[in-house]
Amino acid sequence: MNQDISQTLQQQILSALETGSQLQIQGGGSKHFLGHISKSTPLQVSAHQGIISYDPVELVVTARAGTRLSELENTLAEQNQMLPFEPPHFGPLATLGGTIACGLAGPSRSFSGSARDYVLGVKMINGKGEILNFGGQVMKNVAGYDCSRLMAGAMGTLGVLLEVSLKVLPKPAAEITLVQSKTPEQAIDAMNHWSGKSLPLSAGCYVNGQLYLRLNGAKTAVDGAHKVIGGELLNDSAEFWTSIKEHQHTFFQSTLPLWRLSVPAKTPVLTLSGENLIDWCGAQRWLFSDHDADHIRKDISELGGHATLFRRQSELMADTYQLPDTNIMQLHQRLKLAFDPAGIFNPGRLYPGL
Amino acid sequence: MHTELFTIATPPEPTLGKPALVEKLRQFLTSDAVLCDEELLRPYECDALSAYRHLPMIVVLPSTLDQIQQIMRLCYQHNVPVIARGAGTGLSGGATPAGDGVVMSLAKFISILEVDPIARTAVVQPGVRNLAISQAVAAHGLYYAPDPSSQIACTIGGNVAENSGGVHCLKYGLTVHNVRKVKLVTMDGELITLGSDSLDSSGYDLLALINGSEGMLGVVVEVTVKLTPIPERAQVVLAAFNDVEKAGGAVSDIIAAGIIPGGLEMMDKLAVQAAEDFVHVGYPTDAEAILLCEIDGTNEEVSEQIRIVHEVMHQSGATEVRTARDEEERQAFWKGRKAAFPAVGRLAPDYYCMDGTIPRKHLPYILRRMAELSIEYDLRVANVFHAGDGNLHPLILYDANHPGELARTEEFGGKILELCIEVGGSITGEHGVGIEKLQQMHLQFNYEELTQFHAVKHVFDPKGLLNPGKAVPTPKRCSEYKQLPSQNEDKHQHKACTSS
Repeated sequence: MNQDISQTLQQQILSALETGSQLQIQGGGSKHFLGHISKSTPLQVSAHQGIISYDPVELVVTARAGTRLSELENTLAEQNQMLPFEPPHFGPLATLGGTIACGLAGPSRSFSGSARDYVLGVKMINGKGEILNFGGQVMKNVAGYDCSRLMAGAMGTLGVLLEVSLKVLPKPAAEITLVQSKTPEQAIDAMNHWSGKSLPLSAGCYVNGQLYLRLNGAKTAVDGAHKVIGGELLNDSAEFWTSIKEHQHTFFQSTLPLWRLSVPAKTPVLTLSGENLIDWCGAQRWLFSDHDADHIRKDISELGGHATLFRRQSELMADTYQLPDTNIMQLHQRLKLAFDPAGIFNPGRLYPGL
Repeated sequence: MHTELFTIATPPEPTLGKPALVEKLRQFLTSDAVLCDEELLRPYECDALSAYRHLPMIVVLPSTLDQIQQIMRLCYQHNVPVIARGAGTGLSGGATPAGDGVVMSLAKFISILEVDPIARTAVVQPGVRNLAISQAVAAHGLYYAPDPSSQIACTIGGNVAENSGGVHCLKYGLTVHNVRKVKLVTMDGELITLGSDSLDSSGYDLLALINGSEGMLGVVVEVTVKLTPIPERAQVVLAAFNDVEKAGGAVSDIIAAGIIPGGLEMMDKLAVQAAEDFVHVGYPTDAEAILLCEIDGTNEEVSEQIRIVHEVMHQSGATEVRTARDEEERQAFWKGRKAAFPAVGRLAPDYYCMDGTIPRKHLPYILRRMAELSIEYDLRVANVFHAGDGNLHPLILYDANHPGELARTEEFGGKILELCIEVGGSITGEHGVGIEKLQQMHLQFNYEELTQFHAVKHVFDPKGLLNPGKAVPTPKRCSEYKQLPSQNEDKHQHKACTSS
């Protein structure tokens, strides 16, 4: 599927500006649960589809924002390449634009980096209806402020993404996952210990008393590291990590609110009660808890992290995202004005009033 | 319809003259931390792009965070421009003073505040040298990955400002990928923290925005960097080619083989010969181009991949492929590359270092056009190329004492940058825009995009006092530049660019 509807999108934005209305940007709706959805006019981007350029040896792909994430990943896989930040889909309709706007990353995060780390450039429409290009299709580019990486994780509040250029990498030749029985304390120590060694480690997770360490790289390197680290080989490595990334693992079957806690990797076992899963070699903790949101956020802030209310029963419970300090919040408000002066895009999706 | 919510910052008139400002500064700074005599100001008149010079009004050398904040508040209150300065190794004139402004040197902020081997982070002050970080953490088996050529001298504060790269970017990323947290003082003296000790923060990625912002949005006063485990082994292959296009093809073939080298560098004949004459490391001086391909990782994977690289180089038409016999030879292979700039500098009284990036597939075309332009402008050019990530460093040789030669050099340089844009690249990969590439910004960005940059600037610095006149040109000049390509013989004093 290949279709350029940027003119249509621009017209819709210009008429929203004229009528003083607001727009909620919609892709595949797979991450609809993140952030507050305002009662505003939908701006449907998912028809803006297609891979515009992909030259495997350049390690760069450029695609329209409505391109399905699955299509993009399949195209890369045909050339034995991948998106190194392993973005979660959370549904078959996930798009590239939504993936970047939400800025989520998968199991490889602590080794390979985040969504924004792989953004090389964007084409976007700002709140004045102007089509703008930032960054480009090259690995290094320091001309102008880095507005393209700023779009990653901005939840569509600064503009509508039209195209995104990403750095891609070859798929590693070999992958194995080692399993060891550990206490949570031992697991956190082990994850931090091995992360600091020259080993082809690419993911680490702890759930149900088992530590899972994934190794990726040349066959000899992976086998060598297996000898160093030890542990049982997991039968289907890829399946396990997909279940963690996509929240299909049995751990995620709970009706309690699900919190995503981003903390320093060496943070000890949480004192907050509730079932939890340690991901990103310690730097991301998933917690099922019906504790008061302020209580959780206060605890996590003291640890140097922040807490996202990832899944919940009711919007009324609490805001999805933790508010930053006042001076940082002011910068958010002013950046919002700089890109979207009339405040038409995704009002309140990231923070109330933004 | 909307109204413009910002104005493009033209700094307002200062409300305090030099003597009064010096007096106020000396109320909280020792007298030797406030420089105002010409001979003391002279060393600060330029950075490493010394073709651009301007004497600052005052130089201050604060030694505490509180002093930085006081300086900023005072200057903010009285509309005095401030230019933050690290080691002054920048190559785009980003630290060029303003005549009515204060240069704030961060040279006294040289402490490594904390090294956490478990978290693999170091907290450092902005004046800490890039290489000093790696040296300080080496005992823990860790290092700081970005390694710009100036790493012996350049500081981490400047690295953040420029989003510096180096020879290991393709595998290990730029500064933006290796910085966790930055403390910043904004123009009004406020201290803010961007990023965190976790892997992400709630909200906009302000940390990404600060990297590469060329000291225009705030003054970096503390940086938490990510440290990387030192690879168990590193090995380098040197391959010689009798044709530059074949060397370019080999780069693509290595990547197509699924290998991401730790470093992948190309040098053309002139650069190879200059380097060999300078450091005598055994480079094949009859080659049209050489490639240096470094593989790092565990012992086993290095062995496996070096074997593949060897095969690929041969298949791609290399006339000679050498693997460093030992660590000494590996260092020697790199020594030539690292000495390339000063080595080329010996071929002519002056040289001008460019910094464009291109999609790698266009390399043969760019090199061909550059050779033609070299004849047209009657100026020699040597090429050093971060081949893995498409970052060109053409070095144009000239003699500033020959009337008109600097202007011709700049015009030639401008043409090279235009070529980079033509093939879908960028006018700067790692040196920044500074004042050097303001004109070419009009070719890479249109009116609306430049206006958006100014809007971002306005968010952090509404009065436009911080490093004024750098990085982003005033949008209205767009059409003028397109009508009037180059140039500007008299716009600045001539002086050789002699370092890199």
